[in-house]
Amino acid sequence: MSASRCRAAVALAAWLVVLAACAVQIAHTRFVADLSSFLPTAPTAEQRLLVDQLRDGALSRVMLLGIEGADARVRAELSRAVATTLRQDARFSIVANGAADGFAAERDFVVAHRYALSPRVNAERFTVQGLRAAIGDTLDLLASSAGLLVKPLVARDPTGETLAVLESLQGGQAPRVLQGVWSDGEGRRAVLLARTRASGSDVDAQAAALAAVQRAFDAAVASVGANARETRIGVTGPGAFSARSRTLVKGDVARLSTLATAAVATMLLVVYRSPLALLLGLLPVVTGAVVGIAAVSAGFGLVHGITLGFGATLIGEAVDYAIYLFVQSGERGRDADAVALRGFWPTIRLGVLTSIAGFCALVFSGLPGLAQLGVYSIAGLVAAALVTRYVLPVLLPANFRVRDLSVAGARVAALARRLRRLAPWILVLAAAALALLAWRGDDAWDGDIASLNPISERDRALDARLRSALGASDARYMVVIRGSSADAAIAGAERVGVALDALVEARTLEGYESPARFVPSLATQRARLASLPDAATLRSRLAQALQGLPLRADRLEPFIAEVAAARDVPPITPDALEGTAFAAPVKGTLFRDANGTWTALMGLRLPRASLVDPRALRAAVLGTGVQGATFLDVKAELDRLYAGYLQQALLMSGLGLAVIVALLAIALRDAQRVARVMVPLAAGVAVVAAGHVLLGTRLSILHLMGLLLVVAVGSNYALFLDRIGLGAGATETTLASLVLANATTVASFGMLALSSIPVLSALGSTVAAGAFLTLVFSAAFAAPAPVDAPNP
Amino acid sequence: MLRAAAFTGIAAVHAAIAAPPLSLDALMDMLRREKPATVRFNETRQMALLDRPLESSGELTFTPPDRLEKRTTSPGSERLVVEGDTLVMERAGRKQTASLRQWPQVAAMLEGIRATLAGDGPRLQQVYRVTLDGDAGAWRLVLVPRDAEVAKMVARVTLGGVQGSVRRVEVDQPDGDRSLMQIAPAGR
Repeated sequence: MSASRCRAAVALAAWLVVLAACAVQIAHTRFVADLSSFLPTAPTAEQRLLVDQLRDGALSRVMLLGIEGADARVRAELSRAVATTLRQDARFSIVANGAADGFAAERDFVVAHRYALSPRVNAERFTVQGLRAAIGDTLDLLASSAGLLVKPLVARDPTGETLAVLESLQGGQAPRVLQGVWSDGEGRRAVLLARTRASGSDVDAQAAALAAVQRAFDAAVASVGANARETRIGVTGPGAFSARSRTLVKGDVARLSTLATAAVATMLLVVYRSPLALLLGLLPVVTGAVVGIAAVSAGFGLVHGITLGFGATLIGEAVDYAIYLFVQSGERGRDADAVALRGFWPTIRLGVLTSIAGFCALVFSGLPGLAQLGVYSIAGLVAAALVTRYVLPVLLPANFRVRDLSVAGARVAALARRLRRLAPWILVLAAAALALLAWRGDDAWDGDIASLNPISERDRALDARLRSALGASDARYMVVIRGSSADAAIAGAERVGVALDALVEARTLEGYESPARFVPSLATQRARLASLPDAATLRSRLAQALQGLPLRADRLEPFIAEVAAARDVPPITPDALEGTAFAAPVKGTLFRDANGTWTALMGLRLPRASLVDPRALRAAVLGTGVQGATFLDVKAELDRLYAGYLQQALLMSGLGLAVIVALLAIALRDAQRVARVMVPLAAGVAVVAAGHVLLGTRLSILHLMGLLLVVAVGSNYALFLDRIGLGAGATETTLASLVLANATTVASFGMLALSSIPVLSALGSTVAAGAFLTLVFSAAFAAPAPVDAPNP
Repeated sequence: MLRAAAFTGIAAVHAAIAAPPLSLDALMDMLRREKPATVRFNETRQMALLDRPLESSGELTFTPPDRLEKRTTSPGSERLVVEGDTLVMERAGRKQTASLRQWPQVAAMLEGIRATLAGDGPRLQQVYRVTLDGDAGAWRLVLVPRDAEVAKMVARVTLGGVQGSVRRVEVDQPDGDRSLMQIAPAGR
């Protein structure tokens, strides 16, 4: 007696010490919330660059705003009001809505540096013929409808370099303007572009920026009044999406898990008849969660929010442990520790080992996020099982007895007997499911990483529309140029730009973004400025060039003076753009990484509804022979990354399955018993997966997680049923405990299945259906002995 | 027959003698009733910067209430469409879209022509101080911009016409530069 009391004290003390140690570890843990740290540690330099860009780059800071409803006039008023508010908001570095006012600094910059910036400036341009042709064009323009606008600059810039620069900076089609502000092509939305100072991965900051946009819009609506009542604002962009998906997931998880918890607690309370037991039943789960977080923190240095969210779900199996212990020991009354555990513990132990083998697939999947979940689940399950085994029995109140479930258990047993007749049909069903899965092969799996995205199709469509309205690259195709200095990267971008210009001319491309437009390479700038003639030469050339033209040379003295002055102006550097709206796009497309390498990014814009072959684009880029230039098909690259990890995870799951079989073979030492455990599990997994495929769902990595969970939970059913099948336990109560555990699992994951968020409903529907099926199948395959002919 | 001819003659003489001064409302009425048609234009621009005027010509089409299309065929080819608030210009294979709000001076000038063609008196008076002289047979409408910013670029727009058709548009700029657009029915 004293020995057992001593053991109890040791168990309690050890438990408390571990909890305290975990608490210390957790207190020093960094929790991160952005989705991108869930992304893989990319294997290649390009993929690393890509992941970095998605996480922190300029692309991640773009926010697109679309105002719809009412008429163009009201929308323009709202656009102006929102832009004014947000421009005063420190969270945004730039807010543009197309209103032409307030661009004086930019205009002055272009006029001042036109000879360094204009792609048309070369020695030819300033020969007699070149001058004559350029001035002739300007005179044509003067005669045209735009003449009124051109006139003020003619004396200073008769060759039209300012216009040439403005045209090149626009990089193709300018957005449509309605009532003075940007609009989408159909004229149904006012469009704004904002850049946040915080990176897209800073979800808290992105959420704050998103809220600031909504507040600014609400205030604008209030100030415009009744006309604006029917308007809405839509915000898209990477940061907005991650903030919104976090809110969505959080909201759904909170709502659904509250419902699920209430349902499960009610069920357990009815059975336990003791609120204290209900609370004690949570101890394994809570301990598991704490140990899981501490283990992840120790192993990875940081813990992801998703790990916290899904992790608790993954060790939901631990709730079952307490059920098994309470219900199965309850039937024996006080002697739980000694007797009931004799049959109970080895089964749980084997169940935990089986689950660990399954979750190892996550640990070795290569995706840091999944690896975290795997470590969390394994550590958590081990801790939960140990608590159930050593701590719970000590804490259980002396007079604790669950409601007598033997009557219900008898009914279940009767039902289970009838299920046995289904066994052959289950085999047929499983075979059909496997055949379907084999037939669909890789098609059954969704290699599109977007399948994990909780953002609705509508939001994605809006994003595409806003991007096309602004002529903004959709960040799908990019050219990346790396160089040892900013200037080297820019020079590379310039040379690639020549090849891209040809594609634009051929209408293969609609346009592209390049930092070289704002800051040409030093060599290019020097060459342009060097091609400018001195005042005397220019004056004499002009005299010849203007012969027969209505423009007199003496009117162009300002031109001669400014060209002469431009020859001595030092070249523009990226710093010179500070204070103009040009600084932001350059910072976003030209940056230095930690080891000093510079990168220039060129986003390509494809014509709408075109079927461009990315291979042709790649060939064009590589054909330039520019060193350090890479063509990046962002989506394909990401998909490839994701598909690679999915493949890896599938492979690991296969290995995990083999390990499970080996474990069972060692523990059960009987091929028939191994089959009795494995066949229901495999059949359950196959039927659920095939069911998804039949319903038109393509399986994602979340489904795979769900299936692993089915194996983890279902292995306990199969093992217990295998054990009672051998007559080792009190059949009816054990059966009842399995049904209760199953009911709680189906209830909680069934709730998750109701979520509108694909990742949650994928997990929920897979586990709920899988857990139910594996229990039914396990019963159908259970050994006949005690069920048909109970032990006397 | 004779009586009818005599009546017409008398009416004409009567009209000539009385020559009642044309009211803005009456002019706008006539302009509104004018059937949409494509006309030819010849435009001459005089600038201090240039020794001799720049000439251009082409066709103009006005479609009520607010669509004005100007197709220049010489010296270069250019197409300009103003509809509502939107301005589309196609030139040298390039198409550019802008909002009239971006270019208030251009907007004011175009609005003077467009509102006149549409017979939209209130709109015209909103943008310009309007004076009218002459009679239905030969009227002259002088538009002076109300907006100070616009006035820096456009001093005065003068339109002249016969009955419901506009025959000339003259734009005077404060620096003395001016343009004159003469309009004649197409297909002559």
